[in-house]
Amino acid sequence: MSALLEVEDLTVTFRTAHGPVDVVDGLSFTLERGASLGIVGESGSGKSMTSLAVMGLLPPTASLRGRVSLDGAELTALPESKVRRLRGDRMAMIFQDPLSSLNPYYSVGMQIEEAYRAHRAGVTRRQARKVAVEAMERVHIADAARRVDHYPHQFSGGMRQRVMIAMALSTEPDLLIADEPTTALDVTVQAQILDLLQEVRRETGTALVLISHDLAVVSEIAEDVVVMRHGLAVEQAPAERLFSDPRHPYTRALLDAVPRIDDEIGELRAIDSIDVVGGKA
Amino acid sequence: MVRFLVTRLAGMVGVLFLVVLFTYAIFFALSPDPAVQICGKNCTPELIDQIRTNLGLDRPFYEQFLGFLSGLFVGTTYGTGANAIDCAAPCLGYSFQTGQPVLEMFEQRFGVSATLAVGAAVLWLFMGVAGGMLAAIKKGTWFDRAATGAALGGVSIPNYVLALVLQYVLVVKLGWLPFPQAVPFGADPGQWFLNFVMPWLVLAFTYASMYQRLTRANVLDTLDENFVRTARAKGLAPRLVWRRHALRPALTPVVTLFGMDFAGLLGGAIIIETVFGLNGVGKMASDSITKNDQPVIMGVTLVAAFLVIVGNVIVDIVYTTIDPRVRIGARA
Repeated sequence: MSALLEVEDLTVTFRTAHGPVDVVDGLSFTLERGASLGIVGESGSGKSMTSLAVMGLLPPTASLRGRVSLDGAELTALPESKVRRLRGDRMAMIFQDPLSSLNPYYSVGMQIEEAYRAHRAGVTRRQARKVAVEAMERVHIADAARRVDHYPHQFSGGMRQRVMIAMALSTEPDLLIADEPTTALDVTVQAQILDLLQEVRRETGTALVLISHDLAVVSEIAEDVVVMRHGLAVEQAPAERLFSDPRHPYTRALLDAVPRIDDEIGELRAIDSIDVVGGKA
Repeated sequence: MVRFLVTRLAGMVGVLFLVVLFTYAIFFALSPDPAVQICGKNCTPELIDQIRTNLGLDRPFYEQFLGFLSGLFVGTTYGTGANAIDCAAPCLGYSFQTGQPVLEMFEQRFGVSATLAVGAAVLWLFMGVAGGMLAAIKKGTWFDRAATGAALGGVSIPNYVLALVLQYVLVVKLGWLPFPQAVPFGADPGQWFLNFVMPWLVLAFTYASMYQRLTRANVLDTLDENFVRTARAKGLAPRLVWRRHALRPALTPVVTLFGMDFAGLLGGAIIIETVFGLNGVGKMASDSITKNDQPVIMGVTLVAAFLVIVGNVIVDIVYTTIDPRVRIGARA
């Protein structure tokens, strides 16, 4: 049986005034059912574009080469209407800023129902509402039956991200992509959201791609890690090995740049781009 | 919701009071003496004094202002005895030049202005909003460029120029349309339409251009919103993404603008009515300014302000049904 997600030689190119720019350059990785993969890198390393490419949500100015397959179906070869049927159903995505990612004009319940009904023909509003309440309960939103009618601005940041997760999970997808899901949240809430992602992964068997610039976040959840820089995967390894024995100088530099609590107080280490030259792992 | 309404209406009354006060104060300070105007040619200083006393113009500002205010609610009588002039509530003042209460003059002309405003609004909403949406969907295509170019023309060409050009071409040269007159709808619907179509077009063109630009920009901004990306990530059909998630936020600012523009127009389209010789509130205002008929100018100012304020309150109420953040915010 093939892996759940296979990305092969993925290249995303943007047309710019200075000619084409590859923001993702020949990236390959696979993800088994129920597994978890972390993609780390600095801003602009191409990690978000990778996730949008998988979802088929690249902006119109971007073009894509290579192959992305979900459960054997080659997404990059399917027409948009077919990909749309998988999007939100077999694969779902949550984003960095949960406030701007939810539509302020509609109740959270309506937005979850909408995600569910888009992929379940003939479902009544009442059934969809029940699914929405259950999805909200699953992500531990207290008093979900009442909160379902509330609007995004009536929720705190962490609760909004829970709503986003509930929305993504309402269709029980095989793959959940979380693009910087905790970056816009404060630290205590970050930990809660990460715990929640772990928990839903355990309980639903959803495979998870976690995208973050934060190594600590990735180390907590991911089984495998891809380190990206300038659109290239510089190192790919099981998380344990990568953190204990980073092979690529850039990965080492990234790890060194993380301030440690047992360090002497001194200057924070920055990544020197001259020392570390990116290359394919 | 009730509390929201009460607060808004109370605010409206407050603003209206201030508008009346300032308007009255400005006209009290600036306008020529009405007594002199009434007095006519064979005037003597004694006669002027007598008229002043009769009309209460010799009283201090606050007394006159209170008199005007009470006239709004219970009506008022100018002068005494056989020459007394009654002005029933709500008395907006009395034009001694035309010998009519201002409100009566207003009522006679309001229909023309309202017809002009409603017809133009229908046209410009359709052209502006639909054109703006289409231009946004087809961004970068020939349609977008043509519509954006036309809109630029619309905001750049003064409407009196357009009015005169259209009149020359459609009426004088081609003879397709009659020279506009305010024909009542009941008298002859066909003629009514033909007479109003040119003023509608000219008035609508300027507004449509502004609305087209606003709508296009708003739709493009909204399509870039993260929540539109979320809607796409859910796998919603493009039609639904568009209708449910892009359109509503994009058109909310248009509602605000429309409320004020439309209310403002009900108070008279001075230029269009003057150019086309339509006897509406705007023409009345411009005539009164030429003839320095102070009570009429003040009456028009007050009614126009009143309409704009009421229009704003209506927009606020409509907003509460469009945007939940406003609704809940008011309740909290």
